[in-house]
Amino acid sequence: MSSFGILAFGAYVPITRLQRSAIHATNGWFAGGLRGLAKGEKAIANWDEDSVTMALEAARDALEGIDRARVRRVAIASTTLPFADRQNAGIVKEALNLPDAVGALDVTGSQRAATSALLAALGGGETTLVTAAELTTPKPASEREMTSGDAAAAVLVGNGTPIATLIASHSVTVDFVDHFREAGEAHDYDWEARWVRDEGFARIMNPAIAALLDQAGVKGGAVDHFLVPVAVKGVPELLAKQAGIGEGAVADTLGAALGHAGAAHPLLMLAAALETAKPGQRILLASFGQGCDLLLFEVTGAIGSVKPRLGVSGWLARRIESANYAKYLFHRDLLPLDRGMRAEQDSKTALTALWRNRKAVLGLVGGRCTKTGTVQFPKSEVSVGGNDHAIGTQEDYPLAEVPAKVMTWTADALTYSPDPPSYYGNIDFTGGGRMMTEFTDFPQGALDAGADLRMMFRIKAFDENRGFRRYFWKAAPAF
Amino acid sequence: MAKGIRDKVAILGMGCAKFGERWDKDEDQLMLEAYEETMADAGIEASQIDAAWLGAAFDAQNIGPSGIPLAVALRLPDIGVTKVENYCASGTESFRGAVYAVASGACDIALAMGAEKLKDTGYGGLPVRTRGTTHDMIGITGSAPGNFAQLASAYRGVHGVGKDDLKRAMAHVSVKSHANGAKNPKAHLQKAVTMDQVLNAPMIAEPLGLFDCCGVSDGAACAIVTTPEIARALGKTDIVTVKALQLATSNGWEMQAQGWNGSYFHTTRVAATKAYDEAGITDPRAQLSLIEVHDCFSVTELVTMEDLHISKEGEGWRDVLDGFFDADGQLPCQIDGGLKCFGHPIGASGLRMIYENYLQILGRAGARQRQDNPVFALSHNLGGMPNQNVSSIAIIGRAGA
Repeated sequence: MSSFGILAFGAYVPITRLQRSAIHATNGWFAGGLRGLAKGEKAIANWDEDSVTMALEAARDALEGIDRARVRRVAIASTTLPFADRQNAGIVKEALNLPDAVGALDVTGSQRAATSALLAALGGGETTLVTAAELTTPKPASEREMTSGDAAAAVLVGNGTPIATLIASHSVTVDFVDHFREAGEAHDYDWEARWVRDEGFARIMNPAIAALLDQAGVKGGAVDHFLVPVAVKGVPELLAKQAGIGEGAVADTLGAALGHAGAAHPLLMLAAALETAKPGQRILLASFGQGCDLLLFEVTGAIGSVKPRLGVSGWLARRIESANYAKYLFHRDLLPLDRGMRAEQDSKTALTALWRNRKAVLGLVGGRCTKTGTVQFPKSEVSVGGNDHAIGTQEDYPLAEVPAKVMTWTADALTYSPDPPSYYGNIDFTGGGRMMTEFTDFPQGALDAGADLRMMFRIKAFDENRGFRRYFWKAAPAF
Repeated sequence: MAKGIRDKVAILGMGCAKFGERWDKDEDQLMLEAYEETMADAGIEASQIDAAWLGAAFDAQNIGPSGIPLAVALRLPDIGVTKVENYCASGTESFRGAVYAVASGACDIALAMGAEKLKDTGYGGLPVRTRGTTHDMIGITGSAPGNFAQLASAYRGVHGVGKDDLKRAMAHVSVKSHANGAKNPKAHLQKAVTMDQVLNAPMIAEPLGLFDCCGVSDGAACAIVTTPEIARALGKTDIVTVKALQLATSNGWEMQAQGWNGSYFHTTRVAATKAYDEAGITDPRAQLSLIEVHDCFSVTELVTMEDLHISKEGEGWRDVLDGFFDADGQLPCQIDGGLKCFGHPIGASGLRMIYENYLQILGRAGARQRQDNPVFALSHNLGGMPNQNVSSIAIIGRAGA
């Protein structure tokens, strides 16, 4: 058996689940035809999340208990990367506090970007962290708004004791335009669903799947997990039937619980499948987008030895229901509320200072005094507390993975926040270190002194004047 | 060992502009308003002023940088004017500059001005501003109520005080100050409020409601200081001297280390101890006649009663509810109405407090005059946030006391 394959996997699903009934309650008068889709819930990213922050959380989920120094390359796949020119994978790398000597790759432009990135990693021979995330951008009152959801996933590929190995792959590339979004456009434009189903999914994927199985010498019936990340009802079953794959092998597309997370969805479904897969099982991942990528994996006996921190099931369980469709629209810049003058504050970032402080800002790396043992954030030339004024005694002390507790907190209704009131306060890290930071993802009334926290990488502020966003770490309820 | 400032410097004159929403005036006019009163009180000519200090915090919102705005507004005679900024302690800081100049012997007569125009922002509350390039990437600016509200939860936790008890004590602080402010023609808010009004007001930052927060206003206050000898030579008989001036500035311990519990002001405790020592006060609860403290929020005032070593730790709220700090209580706090009723034009507040103490000691406080011949009066200015701040204390009193 090959020692090269999938070493670990993880996922991330934002905590808020917007009820589709709430969308329909607002838009039903206009888009009455969507009534049939107005059930279940979709995961929506908070205002302070984007594809980079979600990919980072999925990466942390996957790397739980794994020595990060093993990672040689970082890839991020998404059609909604925040930066068109600033390596998005590089931000993930900094937030993971990886050594500088790693490669990075941004992959975009198609719904199968993540599987293409995964195939490249599987063929590359180096330990690669492949992340995928999507902050979906559906137009209000569209079918896509009902079916989509935000999420991320990550897979670590490399040499070691794989939990699954690739036994065959097959790709098709054809410029079949079922939908598109030109660069800079806010929303997708979709063509007729029936045509996409018959001429796209069926005509392109059926022969490709047959070719893959033929190449692998595997019968359809031998596939245990058939992953078809397609939001259109009935398509996975249709493809399974054609390929002779058993109905029981068709995986849940997670549509009811979170929606379709665009380019992240193939890896998300793979992460979900790996949670329950058994040794010897075969997983067929079939992603579609201007052709298709088909990946056939065999699960090894090592499955179960590596577990994500939460995994898809854990993230799905971590949820807050919301029926506040207006808030969602506002957070997506689709409802221009009067934000007041306090929102006018300039959030210009000095790139020079960001570069000097990148470890503190992006990696939440503090300092530990080698003389006194005092831990602090941020690091400083002279340690805080005590009368030892020795200069330059501190070593890097990463705090992002260290649990913390609420020391003091406030619910500030005066400060501008896209999600008022603004929650912030002092927190204490286990083993030393204190900082004042924002709280995020807290359910109403759950924030109190002593509450257990886990740090999460989020957007701190948007610089609307210059088109930049500032990232930093916030404290979320422990998980 | 430093000998301190006690009795080395006398206040020759003071003045204070009417605080409030001064839509009709620019800041230079407010400074002039305070200056004219000060000069009339001091009885000197502008040519006798050797140097001046200007305290202003939000210079981008009002007068702009440097000492020039003061020199121009008052047409000072080509003397050195220093602009100081130390958050909300800026007013006391300008006073400190002038007092130290006289004490050093470098100047015979010096002027301190505190000025701030906050009502040109277009919105209520303090202006939003940066706290520095690096801080903005990793820190929280938040709002003043949001930051100070955190004192309340920490105080309750540390001292086991019930939510309702603390809320009532905080409300008493505000009701008391409003009752005092109603008697002060220079106050921004001159209206009494009831406990019910305070307790039922809209929430700004839990548990601080509207009436737990001081207002934001325009204002200016001024002092002219000299040596007691020169004051006497100029014909002054009733001399008020500076007894103590202390400043303590956070070095990051509260915010970054883990020794502080969030329920008090570390800096105020340090500054108070040093100030009493400097003034020769051994029992502040008994010896102080009046106090004007930085009541930006009701909870700040309450906690400060303990940090000034007047109330026992964890019992300040009881003293408040007992009326200890009421105008007719043992030790009146904010007998002029405080920040609560004057509002808080940042740079002006410290000098406005000293102004009230000065008037009270001289028996010139009109309807709100304390009748027991005040001897020592303390003022306290606090800038920043509970976890990182500048605390300043000024004690003035009768010469020889």
